[in-house]
Amino acid sequence: MQLSDHRVIKASPDTVWAAILNPEILKEAIPGCESMTGSPETGYEAIVVQKVGPVKARFTGAVTLSDIVPGKAVTISGEGKGGPAGFAKGGAKVSFTPEGNGTRLSYEVEANVGGKLAQLGSRIIDGFAKKLADQFFENFQKVVEGPAEPETPEPARSGEGEKKKSWLKRAFGG
Amino acid sequence: MPKDSGIGASTKRREDVRFLSGKGVYTDDLNLRGQTYAVMVRSSVAHGKIVSIDTTAAEGMPGVVAVFTGEDFKDVGGNPAGWLINSRNGEPMREPKRPVLAHGKVRHVGDAYAAVIAETYQQAKDAAEQLAADTEIEELPAIVDMAAALADSSNRVHDEIPDNQCFDWGWIEDNRAAVDAAIKNAPHVTTLELVNNRLVPNAMEPRASIGEYFPGTGDYKLTTTSQNPHLTRLLIAAFVMGIPENKLTVVAPDVGGGFGSKIYHYGEEAVVLAAAKKLGRPVRWTAERSESFLSDAHGRDHVTKIELASDLEGNFIAFRTETLANVGAYLSNFSTATPTFLHGTLMAGPYKVPNVYVNVKTVFTNTAPVDAYRGAGRPEATYSLERVIDKMCRELNLDPFEVRRKNFITTDMFPYTTPVGLPYDTGDYHATLDKAMEIGDVAGFASRRAASAAKGKLRGMGLSTWIEACGIAPSHLVGVLGSRVGLYDAATVRVNATGNISVMVGAHSHGQGHETVFPQIVAEKLGVPESSVEIVHGDTSKIPFGMGSYGSRSLAVCGVAVTKAIDKIVAKGKKIAAHMLEASEEDISFADGKFSVAGTDKAKSFGEIAFSAYVPHNYPLETLEPGLEETAFYDPGNFTYPAGAYICEVEVDPETGKVEVCSFTCADDFGNVMNPMIVDGQVHGGVGQGIGQALLENTSYDENGQLLTGSYMDYAMPRASDVPFYKVDYSCQTPCTHNPLGVKGCGEAGAIGSPPAVVNAVIDALHSGGHTHVKHIDMPVSPSRVWSAING
Repeated sequence: MQLSDHRVIKASPDTVWAAILNPEILKEAIPGCESMTGSPETGYEAIVVQKVGPVKARFTGAVTLSDIVPGKAVTISGEGKGGPAGFAKGGAKVSFTPEGNGTRLSYEVEANVGGKLAQLGSRIIDGFAKKLADQFFENFQKVVEGPAEPETPEPARSGEGEKKKSWLKRAFGG
Repeated sequence: MPKDSGIGASTKRREDVRFLSGKGVYTDDLNLRGQTYAVMVRSSVAHGKIVSIDTTAAEGMPGVVAVFTGEDFKDVGGNPAGWLINSRNGEPMREPKRPVLAHGKVRHVGDAYAAVIAETYQQAKDAAEQLAADTEIEELPAIVDMAAALADSSNRVHDEIPDNQCFDWGWIEDNRAAVDAAIKNAPHVTTLELVNNRLVPNAMEPRASIGEYFPGTGDYKLTTTSQNPHLTRLLIAAFVMGIPENKLTVVAPDVGGGFGSKIYHYGEEAVVLAAAKKLGRPVRWTAERSESFLSDAHGRDHVTKIELASDLEGNFIAFRTETLANVGAYLSNFSTATPTFLHGTLMAGPYKVPNVYVNVKTVFTNTAPVDAYRGAGRPEATYSLERVIDKMCRELNLDPFEVRRKNFITTDMFPYTTPVGLPYDTGDYHATLDKAMEIGDVAGFASRRAASAAKGKLRGMGLSTWIEACGIAPSHLVGVLGSRVGLYDAATVRVNATGNISVMVGAHSHGQGHETVFPQIVAEKLGVPESSVEIVHGDTSKIPFGMGSYGSRSLAVCGVAVTKAIDKIVAKGKKIAAHMLEASEEDISFADGKFSVAGTDKAKSFGEIAFSAYVPHNYPLETLEPGLEETAFYDPGNFTYPAGAYICEVEVDPETGKVEVCSFTCADDFGNVMNPMIVDGQVHGGVGQGIGQALLENTSYDENGQLLTGSYMDYAMPRASDVPFYKVDYSCQTPCTHNPLGVKGCGEAGAIGSPPAVVNAVIDALHSGGHTHVKHIDMPVSPSRVWSAING
């Protein structure tokens, strides 16, 4: 199955680019990700728990980044083995372009499943893959942008300001 | 007044008492001392190179006693194809080795490449999962689409077969030029491209096998879900493992349905035997339903273009068929016969058409093997013929009933040899059509259509007039056609000392009702009560030989072997009676269970003769042996040719595309009928499967060769609410001319004749609603396909 979509993130292309190379952020963005180790250069080892229809499995697999054009584009590919549940593999071609004050993130996703996942879950796999991709980029957007600013700022209370800062802003000193 | 016993009586099925009360004994019901459990490790990719298998971790897991991989079986023989088909250019078909466990490459999702044996099922399953994780398979591009497989020689299911083609077969090649010319010159040609959808047989009982080895004697025993244990023994003995037949017993106990899928020998059977020998302990394996979907031989899967040449009045001039037939990843035992001699030879139907030519290319793909499934080739032939005839009738605005009528072979033409080589011995196709029109109330259709229209539904009526060749088979004919075995059957009738009778039969009953019907025949012939006759089947150590049950052959072949053995019993009984009554053998007659001396009141009952046979105090031993037991092998002279007319009425909801089968009428000619109730049941079951194929069932692989319909959530089996109350009639009887029972076989009829009747009815309904642009809808005719056709 294939799908393509885009979303605009309120952050500069450089910030978004740095985030996508950060395993901690990928871990937060990948739905069901339990652990993620490695680096952009060597690739990542990830453990992801997902439930597709009747099949729930813990996938262990590799995530690799390829076709890297710094600040502009990257292909994220993953292949996970879910033991008796079969396997899932897929990739997203992601490109980054400035748009206003933010970054337009366009992606084309391709996903395939095999084994029991295909036998039992094929009916729902397209919808599931779309949901998973949407979730990933939504999570990614949230982590990069931080929580939405309230329309009317509440009076600052001790410590809250710090909490509201996203992980990213902390990490990048924003 | 209907008979209450013997031939023609609707004797209730004695086996149902145990089946319906939970007292059947199936393979998985057996528990043996010291038994171990096998779990197969199956490929989750459709096509891949096995790079490495590390068995260390699996072998070290709790309870694991052995691990086998393809490496362990690489030097034993492959599981062979039973029929040799030659291509049009004279080359023999390509026969890649089918190993016990995949070695080097995996070729379909579900292809077993290893087996784990452990103390418990759970332990075996855990270790199998570990082994899968420790196996590196380099995935290769999957070959799924048949046309693409033939076109691309770079990607191969079997490395030694460049174009993935098994054979390119023409039938009959000598007809080709005449057929081409007839089509070129015909006043009208109707062309139809269609798909005969791939089906999963879905027997209620999944496959299961138990291997045992007895070190004291060196004997092996295989208990397995087989439709023909002798063939399984033969294949294991002669081809796969080299175990002598006298050291191998194969038992198929109660078997919960097969529909073809359990005819064949499968690798798991060899695995459990080899493992039992290695461990000196019984090894058992039972498929999960998911494994059945992945690894049972599937059925159908043809892509066909058929052309019908006719004059403008609908007289048939020629049929020309081009078919691509999927054999899957390996050649299953009958897979090469199904799309050829069980399909191409039927492409004249019951019609006096002078020119017929069939071309079939069989293709290897990265999918489960495809083989015979209830009907096997004949449903594919019937569907192509009856759909293209229906299309022709619409194109020429002709009545489909009249078109059949004017093209039928007439009763004065028998015996009639078709242009595709089958010698039909007898039939009356007009009679079954008339009968179907009568009991299906064709005359009242217009008012039923109006009533449906008042509800907003489109009502359609579809006709299919089918014929098949069954009672498989005459050895001399199938030998000419490429079969590597003869297809006779055998029976031993053993009259015990106190007059009760054991009948050992080569046919295997896995739902058909042999245990009821064969005693009816014995009772009729010997004048004894049915209850005194027991049938023994499914055990190679107890029965003389047998080719099993498939191809609607049990009664027409094995049933006749029983009657031949009975004839020998009567002849022996006459000898004994002559001795006891001090008369000449020629003067003894046998009737109503009594041997009597002609013209006198001297007689001996059957029981007295039986007892005497085992208490032969004063026998003239030079001329009369003790005992009363006879064996007969029967090899028929011809196929049998049941035929019939099916009429289906459907209602289509034009808003949703949902099709409802409102009525289904069957008028069949099965020759003589032994047990009407069982024939009813066979027709009901066959038509149910045909309606399943027509409306619901489909086996779908994605472009990567992943099975997308691997459970009952996605594979739609017909339910009771999907089928109507059937009208079944078999009063038109032209007895088979070459077997003494005059029987033809009814097991596959329903599945053969019904799918085109359903689809023709749907098209008729759509046309009645003005949707005349719809020329064809491929099966399964699902609501989405119908809706799309209406709105496309």
